Amino acid sequence: MKPRLCYLDNNATTRTAPEALEAMLPFFCERYGNASSMHEFGGTVRADVDAARERIAAFLGAASPSEIVFTSCGSESDNQAIFGTVEALGPETVVITSQVEHPAVLQPCLKLEERGYRVLRVGVNPNGTLRMDEYSAALATPGPKLVTLMWANNETGVLFPIAECARMAKAAGAVFHTDATQAAGKVPIDLSALPVDLLTFSGHKLHAPKGIGVLYIRHGTPIRPFLLGGHQEDSRRAGTENVPYIVGLGKAAELADAELRTGEIDRVRALRDRLQQELLQIPDTVINGSLEMRVPTTLNVSFPYIEGEAILYHLSDAGICASSGSACTSGSLEPSHVLRAMKVPFTSLHGSIRFSFSRYNTDEDVDQVLSVMPGIVRTLRALSPFGH
Amino acid sequence: MWNYSDKVLDHFHNPRNVGTLENPDGVGEVGAIACGDALKLMFKLGPDGRIADVKFQTFGCASAIASSSALTEMIKGMTLEEAAKVTNADIADYLGGLPEQKMHCSVMGMEALEAAIHNYRTGDCTVRELKDDPLVCTCFNVHESEIVQAVQINRLTTVEEVTNFTKAGGACGKCKGEIQKILDRILQRPAAPEAPKPPAAAGTPAPMTQFQKMKKIEEVIETEVRPMLRRDGGDLEILDIQGDKVVVAFRGHCAGCIAANFTKNGLVQKKLRDAISKEITVEVVPGEEA
Repeated sequence: MKPRLCYLDNNATTRTAPEALEAMLPFFCERYGNASSMHEFGGTVRADVDAARERIAAFLGAASPSEIVFTSCGSESDNQAIFGTVEALGPETVVITSQVEHPAVLQPCLKLEERGYRVLRVGVNPNGTLRMDEYSAALATPGPKLVTLMWANNETGVLFPIAECARMAKAAGAVFHTDATQAAGKVPIDLSALPVDLLTFSGHKLHAPKGIGVLYIRHGTPIRPFLLGGHQEDSRRAGTENVPYIVGLGKAAELADAELRTGEIDRVRALRDRLQQELLQIPDTVINGSLEMRVPTTLNVSFPYIEGEAILYHLSDAGICASSGSACTSGSLEPSHVLRAMKVPFTSLHGSIRFSFSRYNTDEDVDQVLSVMPGIVRTLRALSPFGH
Repeated sequence: MWNYSDKVLDHFHNPRNVGTLENPDGVGEVGAIACGDALKLMFKLGPDGRIADVKFQTFGCASAIASSSALTEMIKGMTLEEAAKVTNADIADYLGGLPEQKMHCSVMGMEALEAAIHNYRTGDCTVRELKDDPLVCTCFNVHESEIVQAVQINRLTTVEEVTNFTKAGGACGKCKGEIQKILDRILQRPAAPEAPKPPAAAGTPAPMTQFQKMKKIEEVIETEVRPMLRRDGGDLEILDIQGDKVVVAFRGHCAGCIAANFTKNGLVQKKLRDAISKEITVEVVPGEEA
């Protein structure tokens, strides 16, 4: 019999909220007009796009809906933010980032370095928090600067102190971008109180479908468009508005907002904490990342002396979806750059498993993991030449 | 998920011949926990000179476990002459194929078998005479002879294939040029002209800021020191950088080792002084035993 599906990989992607899907459906076969058209059939759709933009502005605490630009995904938003700002600031721009960013930030930074730009990568402490001394030293570099730092880490859930980082960046005259893809919907975001210039997030990490992202651009931020060819999004991003997905994202943002305000997120946190508590009963288990500075939905745990892909295959047999930072699952031969930057000892490096929760998880999911995890670790350690 | 064959999944879920033997005739150990996979293989010969019993222990992914398990089934009952002829390609074939990026798992099996037979015949633990066999990939500790063997057995023609089969070049990538030269030599292709060196920066370099110095120290430790320590099952962690003083702790096999002091002065400090400044000093705090 096929085991019950236990989905604990919500940092990879989430289930589309049925409410979001329902809001989207009329915009496929019935109200399929182009929001930019000069006829009523298309024109009425414009109102729905505007309403979604307003909802998302409210979700982020943006001063104006016109600061919200819809993109196709988080990666596009990151690329636009980085390349677009550097183009506006000029060839002397110094880019300050961290060693643990998502590839959607790491790769553009590498590309800029190839083109001759200076890129400074701030390190992290063993608990994954930002090295503030290094950050401060990097900001002292003269010349125009772009800072791009993630709000929450996708692998460990560790939060960077974005309020403080943004204030320090502004004091140093830098443009400040944050990739909030793993923070949006998990911690409150209020851009009216934060000097953040640019912010990225992605729809499918908070129960909107895949294929929709946002780049928040504070009015007055120096940035050049990346995708040319149309006047959409105030000429900041060409391409016909993806109306159903924009509407779906508006609904998803509204639901995420409610989740934060009603305390539903604390129910999810309690599930995560219970799993963490129980998994620590397995000998030698270690948690990767700060326990305090962390989103409520992520648990990154290492089972020393065994390898992550093997663990994932056993979990998958039990219906459980999770992910790993091991080399065999990273698509390269090297384990997670995040855990390496945290100097996680190599005995733990290859045996890291990430469980990430959402509002759709229940106690039953935690029980399902706990019913198999000790056995999986025992089996693989019995196989391992390093097992005890 | 990987597209594993049913046979790979069967050997992963039901690995054959797991464990250790008392008084084995030959033991082969390859890989390291730092590299992400490791295999310990041991066998006992029967009175007829054939492999009577064989056991393995593997740290690694599903295909590493399956490759090890398959190998033990294949060689049971063989004479050592027969077993010595088993190649990684035979292991992969037995399993109904392996994903290209996972072929190194089958190579690990072949190398462990080779090491175990060598151990039986000579009593030595290492197969290769290192001084005549240059280390090509420092990240994964891959020697030239291993690359040559993988290329010849599997008829490899590109650097990417060599990486898939041996892991060499799969981390920092600095040895890819060297791998290409080895390939060119084996395939007897004329060597490609050397790529022009990037022009040196104009003027004299400005003195390093503390930020740049910290980053450079980390880079040297990461790319030049840790790979060498890891080869021997050790490791090192930077605890603090204060001006020119670098505080480190040794981990794993290096911790508490008598050689640690030698390692510190002979290796860590020298590497840092060569790369950054003669002023660098290294201080070691006691590490924890592995």
